Amino acid sequence: MDNDTELRLGLPGSVEVKKPRETPQKRSSPDCTSVEDDNLDRPSAKAQIVGWPPVRSYMKNNFHLMKNKADMAGRYVKVSMDGAPYLRKVDLKNYKGYKELREALENLFGCFSLGEILRMDGKYSMEYTIAYEDKDGDLMLLGDVPWEIFLSSCKKLRIMTDALGNKDREDSK
Amino acid sequence: MPYFPQEVVECIFSYLTSHQDRNSVSLVCKDWSVIEQKTRRHVYVANCYAVSPTRVATRFPGLWVLTVKGMPHFADFRLVPRGWGGSVQPWINAMACSCPRLEEIRFKRMVVSDESLMLISRSFPNLKALVLVSCRAFSTDGLTYIASSCRQLRELDLQENEVNDRGSQWLECFPNSFTSLESLKFTCLRSAVNSATLEGLVARCPNLRTLHVNSSISVECLSRILIRAPRLVDLGTGSLSSNQMGWYRRLFYSFQKCKGLKSLSGIWFVGPRTFQPVVYPVCGNLLSLKLSSAPWILKSDLLNVISNCPRLQKLWVVDRIGDEGLAVVGSTCQDLRELRVFQSNFHGPSCWVTDEGLIAISTGCPKLNCLLYYCAQMTNAALMTVAKNCPDLIQFKLRNLDPVKPDPVTNHPLDEGFGAIVQGCKGLKRLSLSGFLTDQVFLYIGMYAEQLEMLSIAYAGETDNGMMYVLNGCKNLRKLKIQDCPFGDGALLEDFTKYETLRSLWMSSCEVTIGGCKALAAKNTQLSVEVISDLNSISGLSLEPSKNQRAEKVYIYRTVAGPRTDAPTNVSIL
Repeated sequence: MDNDTELRLGLPGSVEVKKPRETPQKRSSPDCTSVEDDNLDRPSAKAQIVGWPPVRSYMKNNFHLMKNKADMAGRYVKVSMDGAPYLRKVDLKNYKGYKELREALENLFGCFSLGEILRMDGKYSMEYTIAYEDKDGDLMLLGDVPWEIFLSSCKKLRIMTDALGNKDREDSK
Repeated sequence: MPYFPQEVVECIFSYLTSHQDRNSVSLVCKDWSVIEQKTRRHVYVANCYAVSPTRVATRFPGLWVLTVKGMPHFADFRLVPRGWGGSVQPWINAMACSCPRLEEIRFKRMVVSDESLMLISRSFPNLKALVLVSCRAFSTDGLTYIASSCRQLRELDLQENEVNDRGSQWLECFPNSFTSLESLKFTCLRSAVNSATLEGLVARCPNLRTLHVNSSISVECLSRILIRAPRLVDLGTGSLSSNQMGWYRRLFYSFQKCKGLKSLSGIWFVGPRTFQPVVYPVCGNLLSLKLSSAPWILKSDLLNVISNCPRLQKLWVVDRIGDEGLAVVGSTCQDLRELRVFQSNFHGPSCWVTDEGLIAISTGCPKLNCLLYYCAQMTNAALMTVAKNCPDLIQFKLRNLDPVKPDPVTNHPLDEGFGAIVQGCKGLKRLSLSGFLTDQVFLYIGMYAEQLEMLSIAYAGETDNGMMYVLNGCKNLRKLKIQDCPFGDGALLEDFTKYETLRSLWMSSCEVTIGGCKALAAKNTQLSVEVISDLNSISGLSLEPSKNQRAEKVYIYRTVAGPRTDAPTNVSIL
């Protein structure tokens, strides 16, 4: 880069082009800061700089608040029930906890509750287990994790008729 | 000078509204000073510790409007410890005694307690406006006093305050006979507001023109409010999203009724592809659009809205708009006076906006007065383009996310670019620098920035010369804010006379020492030199610090009130 003939306003004699500094440390004396010639490999300074960029604390607080709200807005997930002809969709945001969710699901799928009929028989009692599919695709039992974590990880709900569980109960009689 | 009777002089002075004019007039002679005192209606105190409240109140007994600012600006960025000071109580006490006819009270960055609010509600029967910006330490209980007692209130404006929100009962304290409200802003409150109460208030206040609600207000409530108040000029919405069927159609019809809406903000959350159709009826008239609280609006939705707002003069967005988005702004909004591009990602670099966006804006919007720009990188060429295209710039704040980043194209510091800005924009009053900068840029600023009143510097400069160029050159400088620069005692002590015109100086993480600060304080009795240490530091300043110990945070301001008496233990006034 040839700057000799370039017209510039500047202090007489100061034509040296300063190279960029390393991470901004606290400078101990002015004459230490000049040219680190070959040091163009500037590490990421961001993690070490305190107080920059200036972010108004009000905006930062708002941002986090809104991020949480936005993550939660419209958390519609599909709900399938074994044996039911069609699926439903629920908005998880509407419920404050697992109890409310279970009640809502019972209301939704009440018409399909085969368990009622079979229980009257006395022979079988078909109960159901609610499970959900998480972000990794695994089938998880409802209720293990705190509600907030469940909200962000649930992708699909599944109501399973728990024939296996009943077998255990029968054997243990 | 011809002789005028006192009444005539009073009448003439009543036409003087500017503070500078009034200040000048009061210095002419004793008679004029007395008349001016009697007739002054507005007082603006930029630093609450520069003058004693009692002195202001007794000198200007006819006050109608009082504006007081407290903490230094960097308090917004948490650089000033809590408990530093800035209480409004002494001001309220003094005004209650001597200026009971006060009509408007405005506080910024001050500590307001519920007791203060109660005192305000009881002491000023004529109170028409209460504006609290970036204040803290009060709760919604304090607001109940204001709502129930201030019968003539026209404006209640709460912006960006830290409020202890105990619920929205305060809103219900406005009596049924209360109809004078013209402006209500309560965005900073978090708790849910009773829709019926708010709608009732809106319905009985026919002069309501400004309403900024908080995010708890639903779309349905907003639609009803707009139907009742179609003459709104300035609206801050709540959440623009709903599970109910057809909500957007109702809101659309409501917006259609608002023919006079000029200013829109809030927009806390809005679903994809609904924003533009819903606000379409008002876009054509919009002069101001503030979208900094809605960083998740889809870019396509955002640009759809903006491209329908050709008359826009003020635009606040987040950097996700990207350079291409700014190009759309540049080509649509030729009338733009103010643009603020905020950072959206607080935890890492964001690369959405660069020097190219700035060039696009400056090319399309030559009338720009005010520019705030958070960006990933900046070039000298871009800054020179801005200087050439936007000579009317009054305020320019560049926030490079990497504060020591040079021009990535040439690897030079950004001295030349900012030099061009101060040369080309002759009316520049406020400047905030960032990027890799040497002493050179300060030489330019000292030489060319004649109108500069406020300068904010971070991670810039190499020697004391930098600061000295600025102090010696900028005759109109009022506020100088410096963080993390290598300026030390040499620059601080070089010219004492400068501190008579400088309103305040903030230096944090620089090279000034306790000894330097003490020397400055000793030389100048009308200067208050505060050395602030963090609350956690045990050693603090109670043990005699050595002269050469660095002063981490220094806040220096001129004052006629002497050293303040309410400083906490971690603030030492030398």
